[in-house]
Amino acid sequence: MNTVFLYALVGVGLFTLGLYALIVHTHLLRKILAVNVMGSGVFLVLVALGGRTPGASPDPVPHAMVITGIVVAVSATALALALLLRVRAETGRTRLPEERLE
Amino acid sequence: MSAADHKWSSLALRWVRLLLLLALAGGLAYAVLSLPDQAIGLNDQVRSNMETSGVHNPVTAVLLNFRGYDTLLEMGVLLVALLGVWSLGAAAAHRRVGPGPVLSFLVDGLVPMMILMAGYLLWVGAAAPGGAFQAGSVLAAAGILLLLSSKRLPVRLMRWPLRFALVLGLGAFVAVGVTLLSVSGLFLQYPPGLAGGLILFIEAAATLSIGVTLAALFLGGRPEAGPRR
Repeated sequence: MNTVFLYALVGVGLFTLGLYALIVHTHLLRKILAVNVMGSGVFLVLVALGGRTPGASPDPVPHAMVITGIVVAVSATALALALLLRVRAETGRTRLPEERLE
Repeated sequence: MSAADHKWSSLALRWVRLLLLLALAGGLAYAVLSLPDQAIGLNDQVRSNMETSGVHNPVTAVLLNFRGYDTLLEMGVLLVALLGVWSLGAAAAHRRVGPGPVLSFLVDGLVPMMILMAGYLLWVGAAAPGGAFQAGSVLAAAGILLLLSSKRLPVRLMRWPLRFALVLGLGAFVAVGVTLLSVSGLFLQYPPGLAGGLILFIEAAATLSIGVTLAALFLGGRPEAGPRR
């Protein structure tokens, strides 16, 4: 157990927390934020596991993938926020309708 | 179903959900912990091919050379996201509220510095942490600062020059790839002697496009080339 696995486990925790928030919250903005937290968890796992190399220099391939992933996550978030604004303009609501347990 | 039953079933649902998530977290943690302590990964392949990559920073070499496809497609993703945002409608009407003297002074001082910083990050990416994405983000931050202090592009730059800047990164990348395809028969296979120059060219175009695209995404809609200012 070293710091690499500590960071990776924190990433797993962030992913699970984000998934919980994604399921529980009905407000669309919270869902978008939850997906972002999940993504940060995945990035943290990738960067941490890239540091398991024996030498001082980490594996550059996961790092490059994370840089790519961050930009994609930012643009996807922007699109999601634009969709949220459109949903609000069309329906006046920012929440998903509550499902009743019957 | 009575109210009490409803309460019980929602409580049960909450526990089931919590248990499932804990099981998922446990499974993921187990998967992570069962990985070997030390792994070389692709480190050796990257290091042994650094001479042919044209740059000295391994992350830049992976992004722009060894896995150039990823970056090419990612520029496409950025553009598609922006098209999605633009297709949803026009940006909210712009209220022309001039910034106060302090903000105005700050923006006038900061934006040139940020553009300089973006250029530095782009250049240093060949040998140290930095590169097109970092430089593009700084450029986008400068653009957002300008948008927030209600400075807009002149109308004559709003249509074709803006769209040209948006597609420049992807366009330059594809142009280099197609040129190399017709010369050497391999898409995005840089000749080692030219690799450094080609990467710098692609990165410069990508920096501008990333910066403009992110700032345009911040606007949250298609900019209307109406009489704004």
